Amino acid sequence: MWYFAAKRMLLFLPTLLGITIITFILMQALPGDPVESMAGERATAETIERIKAELGHNKPLPVQYALYLKLIATGDMGRSVYTNRKVSDDLLQKFPNTVKLALAAMLFASFIGIGLGVIAAVNRDTVWDRLVTLLSVGGISVPVFWLGLALMLVFSLHLRWLPPSGMGNGSLAYIVLPAITLGTFSLAYIARVTRSSMLESLSQPYIEAARAKGLSETTVVLKHALKNSLIPVVTLIGLDLGSYLNGAVLTETIFGWDGLGRYALDGILKRDYPVIMGVVLFGALIFVTINLIVDISYHFLDPRVRAKK
Amino acid sequence: MTRTFTWQDLISNKPAFIAVTVLAALVVTALFAPMLAPYDPLAMDLDSLRLPPDNSHLLGTDSKGRDILSRIIYGTRISLAVGIIAALSSLCIGVVLGMIAGYFGGKTDAVLSQIFDVFLAFPSLLLAIGISAVMDPGLTSAMLAIALVGWAGFARLVRGITLSLKEQTYVEASRALGASTSRVLFRHILPNALPLLLVAGSLRVGGFILIEAALSFLGLGVQPPTPTWGSMISLHRVYINSAPWMVIFPGLAISITVISFNILGDFLRDKLDPRMQV
Repeated sequence: MWYFAAKRMLLFLPTLLGITIITFILMQALPGDPVESMAGERATAETIERIKAELGHNKPLPVQYALYLKLIATGDMGRSVYTNRKVSDDLLQKFPNTVKLALAAMLFASFIGIGLGVIAAVNRDTVWDRLVTLLSVGGISVPVFWLGLALMLVFSLHLRWLPPSGMGNGSLAYIVLPAITLGTFSLAYIARVTRSSMLESLSQPYIEAARAKGLSETTVVLKHALKNSLIPVVTLIGLDLGSYLNGAVLTETIFGWDGLGRYALDGILKRDYPVIMGVVLFGALIFVTINLIVDISYHFLDPRVRAKK
Repeated sequence: MTRTFTWQDLISNKPAFIAVTVLAALVVTALFAPMLAPYDPLAMDLDSLRLPPDNSHLLGTDSKGRDILSRIIYGTRISLAVGIIAALSSLCIGVVLGMIAGYFGGKTDAVLSQIFDVFLAFPSLLLAIGISAVMDPGLTSAMLAIALVGWAGFARLVRGITLSLKEQTYVEASRALGASTSRVLFRHILPNALPLLLVAGSLRVGGFILIEAALSFLGLGVQPPTPTWGSMISLHRVYINSAPWMVIFPGLAISITVISFNILGDFLRDKLDPRMQV
């Protein structure tokens, strides 16, 4: 078991290196010469050469990559071209906001998703089932940014129930619409997986046994079937956490949520490449770390996975 | 065992039938956009800014007086082209590398699988943003970004299929008869993997179209004035309250297209994927 965890963590290293190689290649492909823009238009050729030498830009690519790796290892992701602030500082400052939003979205997606999945499975082949199926196809098909705008139009601009944008100093009302927007995609998957997992559990003999014992249908469904259906659902929820970063870029933009996503968009609009690359690299690192944790904890939690090894 | 489906299956499955009909209509729309669009999608009309839907402009006009229906009709071209071409090209890369990894195994497999994992380690939209940000934004950069994001998933799938197919007796037989590696791969393994690839491909097109829309929305896709569904929404999101039709209709177009691809993908999976038999 510990062997598995160690092995999995060892495999983590080449993935990390691979990620930095890709971001390094992307940085090499950046349009324009960063050194020239740094030195300014009136810089002489010698000045540019000198800066390049200082930054290691005249060295062969593998050496440049090694320097890049060294920088990242110390947490240095460069500075924003516009604010001259350290990208790593900005990332760390915005990250908690994104985490808050992602957790709210995950709670929403998990509870509603599992609920809908159970309703669909229990009422198999009825209108309810079809409605949930439709909803789960719709949830993965609707563009996040459009869903956000539509929710904003209905719930804040027309009904005036919730604030349209901003963070409201942590007041709960401000997180509702962004969380629903960000969570819908996951919700759809969770509902779908819960439904099929529940259908499988409900057809097992122990369900018949529980019913024969005279347990109420609610107990049978919730305590027996649901409990045994949750493993694939929980895995899905865990593995999906990282992908909230995708939706966060769009959701935060729509709702003016001051997290990584909006930071990325600002970078995109201003062509602030250190910012864009910083978010891409940081996002990938978060994503693989979450997957690693989920993978290992899954291994510890589910005896069946352990047995297979 | 290969599974197939008949037209009868398709007709009797109402959602799938509707989805296919919608997709066919979208393809026709994309091909014949100049004939179908009532107005020039780029023609500005300063006398009719932000008109709500009425008889002369069925879906209203935008902030520059352009007809929204015509712009949506032209936008079909970009969305379908990017979605389908990105799916096909990432499928091609994925098939070749996945088959090589699965068939040769050993070190080749270890190295290639590691590369697949690295690409899969990025949140897809973030990687697409990174790739398209370093290029001149446009049709090519959007397609390239999406293809580079999508190929690794296909590669991993094909690797898995190849691993199981290469143990089949007919593959062994063909090898015993002296068939070359490429013949074994492309004549024996690939045809048997096709149904699963069709399923995976159709399930992914919708996701690719969503990434294209998101890139356009973020200003990294096809540039204005060319109409794309994503950029129509981002250009007019500030009018969401005063002129919501400018945002609602392009979003509906995206949703309907992606829903149709997803329903079709589900249908094909039910019919073609042997793992779904249980």
